[in-house]
Amino acid sequence: MTFWNNPINFIGYWLNSILTGWHLPAAIARVLLYVIGIIVLILFAMTLDIGLVWVERKVVARFQDRLGPNRIGPFGLIQPIADIIKMVIKEDITPDGADKIIYNIAPVLAATSVIVLWAILPLASTIYGVDLNVGLLFIVAAGALGTLAIIMAGWSSNNKYALLGAFRMVSNMISYEIPMVIILLIPTILANTMSVRGITQAQSGMWFAILSPLALLIFLISAIAELGRSPFDLNEAESEIVAGFHIEYTGMKFGWFYAGELLHAFTFGGFIAILFFGGYGGFFGLEKLAALAWLNIPFVQALVFIAKAMFGYWVIMWIKYSVPRIRIDHMLAFNWKFLVPLSLVVLVNTAILNKILIVLPNWLYVLGMFASNIVIGYVTVEILRSYGRNQRKAEKLPDSHAQTQEQTV
Amino acid sequence: MTAEQIIFLLFAALVLVSALMVVIVRNLLHAALWLVVSLFGVAVLYAILQANFLAVVQVVVYIGAIAILFIFAVMLTRREAMEKGRQTRNNWWIPAMLGLLILTGLVVLIFNFPNVEQTAAALPVGLDTLQALGIALVSPDAYVLPFEVASVLMLAALVGAVYVATVDKK
Amino acid sequence: MQNQWLYIGLFFVIGIIVPVVPLVFARLVAPRKPNPIKQSTYECGIETVGESWVQFKAQYYVFALVFLVFDVESVFLFPWALTLKQLPLFVVLEGVLFIGILVAGLVYAWRKGMLEWV
Repeated sequence: MTFWNNPINFIGYWLNSILTGWHLPAAIARVLLYVIGIIVLILFAMTLDIGLVWVERKVVARFQDRLGPNRIGPFGLIQPIADIIKMVIKEDITPDGADKIIYNIAPVLAATSVIVLWAILPLASTIYGVDLNVGLLFIVAAGALGTLAIIMAGWSSNNKYALLGAFRMVSNMISYEIPMVIILLIPTILANTMSVRGITQAQSGMWFAILSPLALLIFLISAIAELGRSPFDLNEAESEIVAGFHIEYTGMKFGWFYAGELLHAFTFGGFIAILFFGGYGGFFGLEKLAALAWLNIPFVQALVFIAKAMFGYWVIMWIKYSVPRIRIDHMLAFNWKFLVPLSLVVLVNTAILNKILIVLPNWLYVLGMFASNIVIGYVTVEILRSYGRNQRKAEKLPDSHAQTQEQTV
Repeated sequence: MTAEQIIFLLFAALVLVSALMVVIVRNLLHAALWLVVSLFGVAVLYAILQANFLAVVQVVVYIGAIAILFIFAVMLTRREAMEKGRQTRNNWWIPAMLGLLILTGLVVLIFNFPNVEQTAAALPVGLDTLQALGIALVSPDAYVLPFEVASVLMLAALVGAVYVATVDKK
Repeated sequence: MQNQWLYIGLFFVIGIIVPVVPLVFARLVAPRKPNPIKQSTYECGIETVGESWVQFKAQYYVFALVFLVFDVESVFLFPWALTLKQLPLFVVLEGVLFIGILVAGLVYAWRKGMLEWV
């Protein structure tokens, strides 16, 4: 075990030997080491979060054909720090009638539910918090805590817009949790494990994005809905209910909602990278070649992982700034009438084909899984088209349907 | 007293105290949130027992679904419907004694149960708890029939929910 | 395995402390000048109309019920998914039967109009 191929354990053993050399009992030394490691990991996540504020503002500016922040520091890089200083020194206004305890707990819980996800995120093959063997359900559990925080924020603000925003957001999040959990079953079946690190290692042969592109698509859509980002951002809906469930929050409390949302988006970009794009593992098994052995160094793996997560985050931002907001009833109908049946079909298909085709040589297996996804996608599009055709035919009839159609246009 | 025992006692006390607070507090939403704390404490107890799957499922299903359902139900009532009456009845000592009697009876029964301090049998080599659970759920000589019947039970719950909601809407 | 949950527990505790620190710092540093106009409920700059509690649509509750059933179902499917590699094909079909029964429930709810928003 050298520093280069196992940095965390190396430093851990060295510090442990120092601490036990000072006659500290072994259990306390271990707890202290855990605390130091956790603080380092969380500080890394927070620094990334600060950088993400800058990335978000620059990217949205470029999508909207403008420059973005460029006054403070070179290329506006110091802008997020100015934002933080501003938020900290703003006055903290609590509306009267607000439920003080729940009002104060809600932003802390929202931030905690995102930070706790970094405990199981593997940055490299030897840089990770824990390798929990129920990692995927842990992600869903952290999402459940976030849902609770939003309902607490909306209710305790004593404001009907906050309450409306919170109801909509929570029904949004719980509805889209179903396709997300069903799609999380697909990497479980393909990798035969629920641990996040195990799924990354199982993709050293072929990325799961190739084995199941429909699963990637459905996971992307449900993840965007879980995050509450556009086009599913009914909780914020700036033009409708002015910041939704966090209307009454000022200063740093609002800062934690905002920063938590950005970090959550990046973390989900990281999970998309892990579940479907091979995580820290490099590209299609190239790292097994001797010439590219430097790809196996943990720091390089961490860079690869962050690059893939940034790509996922960039796709999420791209969708946010290109597509208009969806109405609540369309959103829920899309979930329950389209995404849930589709994800169940994809799950059944993956389970059956994985069992039947596993005996064939690898390239036939990959081809079979990929082709089955294409077939399902084609059939789905055909069903939607015929449904649309029937709708249009029904509207061409001279009856009340046609009249309401003209009025809404 | 090992550290594990101390942590267990702490979280068991948390579960009991928050369950007590659920029935004591006057504000309905606070009661729902104390219930969430109690359920979280139970999840921590599962984690101490190294039942990883159950701990995470407890948070996902109980806190993420059932507690949210409770909170929605609380919000369906009017905000003024907080308990304003007395918290205790006139003859409160009768049910208190009855409760204490039942508790001592249960404790005596549990400690006289044979094999109460036995640890679980070791798993066959090469399987971890999660795969053992999976195999138990689907193998024909284990629990596959309860597995399928559970889905029928959930279908019944769904049909019942649809029926109740339809009647309410009219 | 004991170490894993200890680590996650410590992570949770520190994850609660980390957001609290800037909030405490802000409380020390930021000005506090409450006055009744600043603290009144926000309604786009005008006086609030009606009470601040709305009758919320029962439809939210129905969606939460359907979500609960499907959440429990998908949690049941996780142990099943982990056994597919070792056991023969009929195990897959057992799971398909499980999913099929619940899809029948979804279709029933759909036809009864439970998934509409009106």
